[in-house]
Amino acid sequence: MRFKDVFSIIGPAMVGPSSSHTAGAARIGRAARQVLGELPREAEVTFFGSFAATYQGHGTDRAIAGGLLDFATDDHRLPDSIELAEEAGMQISFGQGTGLFPHPNTVRLRLVGKESGTELTLTGISIGGGNIEIVDIDGFGVKLTGMYPTVLIRHMDYLGVLASVTEVMRQGQFNIGHMSLDRKNRSGAALTVLELDEAATAELLQNLRALPAVATVTVVDLNDNVSDEKGKDITS
Amino acid sequence: MNFQTLSQLAVLCEERGLGIGELMIEEQSAESGRSKEQEFATMSQYYGVMKEAVHRGMTEDTTSRSGLTGLDAQRVAAYNAADEPCLGGPAGQAMAYALAVSEVNASMGRIIATPTAGSCGIIPGVFLSCQERFGWDDDFMVTGLFAAGAIGYVIANNSFVSGAEGGCQAEVGSAIGMAAGALTEMRGGTPAQAVHAVGLALKNTLGLICDPVGGLVEIPCIVRNGFGAVTALAAADMALAGVRSVIPSDEVIKVMLEVGSAMPEKHRETAEGGLAQTPTGRQIMKDLRNKK
Repeated sequence: MRFKDVFSIIGPAMVGPSSSHTAGAARIGRAARQVLGELPREAEVTFFGSFAATYQGHGTDRAIAGGLLDFATDDHRLPDSIELAEEAGMQISFGQGTGLFPHPNTVRLRLVGKESGTELTLTGISIGGGNIEIVDIDGFGVKLTGMYPTVLIRHMDYLGVLASVTEVMRQGQFNIGHMSLDRKNRSGAALTVLELDEAATAELLQNLRALPAVATVTVVDLNDNVSDEKGKDITS
Repeated sequence: MNFQTLSQLAVLCEERGLGIGELMIEEQSAESGRSKEQEFATMSQYYGVMKEAVHRGMTEDTTSRSGLTGLDAQRVAAYNAADEPCLGGPAGQAMAYALAVSEVNASMGRIIATPTAGSCGIIPGVFLSCQERFGWDDDFMVTGLFAAGAIGYVIANNSFVSGAEGGCQAEVGSAIGMAAGALTEMRGGTPAQAVHAVGLALKNTLGLICDPVGGLVEIPCIVRNGFGAVTALAAADMALAGVRSVIPSDEVIKVMLEVGSAMPEKHRETAEGGLAQTPTGRQIMKDLRNKK
């Protein structure tokens, strides 16, 4: 079944005009923001395919900017998000890419974190009805939708690392719904992605970070209910 | 979910003695692991957004960022009130509300994708106009949205709901089928009658291409939402009167898949055919490009 539940049919709550070109793009931007873990000071956005052809008319650029500000798909500030991003100190640029890309609605992001200066590259595709997949993070192949609480663990590819991760999950009573690992090379840098049934707690994240071979642990979770004129603070 | 087809859905409702909406709340809760109350609360919020969108579209300036569309809902409402409309009455109201939500969408306002943004006007148009007319309370409406969702779930998993995949028959057509089936149930029809309404509605949209001018969700998407709301009312009336979809609704859904898959790419949201490629459609596209 491609569609799992009633809210993949009715919903999401979103700012128009297009579930694939606007809501999906906002979710990709937001997922990227969450992977980065902070506001980007630089954001280079490259659109491919149908995104490249029609991004201005559909507000896809505004949707990406809004997502990078951690806005939900229905945030009323989305139409003004490019200006808000600049006010928040984000330098954002938009371009049209050519060459091979994984889906008719593809966007590639290159971000630099505002505080840490950390760089992140991420590729997302918008597969329809506001549903998305992140397919690449810093050159690691991934497949995450953000519709489940998702934990991303950067670690070294040593024997037993994954066992220690799953042991932490077991101890914390967290069920893993989907899991993938990609590595740059044998014994090199690796990225493990875990989709959970329940939202990760601070304690769980702390226990994962304490594991010897683990470098960073971040969370992506795009689930939220209808926003209610929420938050003015977009810089934190 | 414990059903994959509309006939399974109707049988399941009969076995459990539940309406489609009530059954879907139970199924959804079982699938997500959240309580029925939580699921209901989320859908209630969505209904609130639909109401807000109708209100905005009927009262505020909905001129789109391209400048191509806007304010048609208010034109229709004013005409309905002042003149002797051809359609008028409850159908005219549903049409105006559907246009309103679709225009809010085109102007980057807040809507609920039902099932997509391109078809977001039809369900609110039908639901809000009927709520006002029949005096239904909000909880009743929210249960109706679950019924619409159950129908959309079957269509989406056996065919498609996006214009890019299956043409406008998939997008606007699915929304009409969902609205028609839900309304049939809300008006006292049996699950079997609701299922017939879906088939009747879908048969009337088979073959509808997706040909948005400039690739934008404006022309002809907005007016198709207005027409769609009226079609949903008509399909519900036929089903409630005892009209059957002689070709079973599940078979109609398969036909939609067949027709949509055979549709050339230029008629599936690429703006490379249909209305988008008329002399005027091309001129509009050129003007939009020069404006940037």
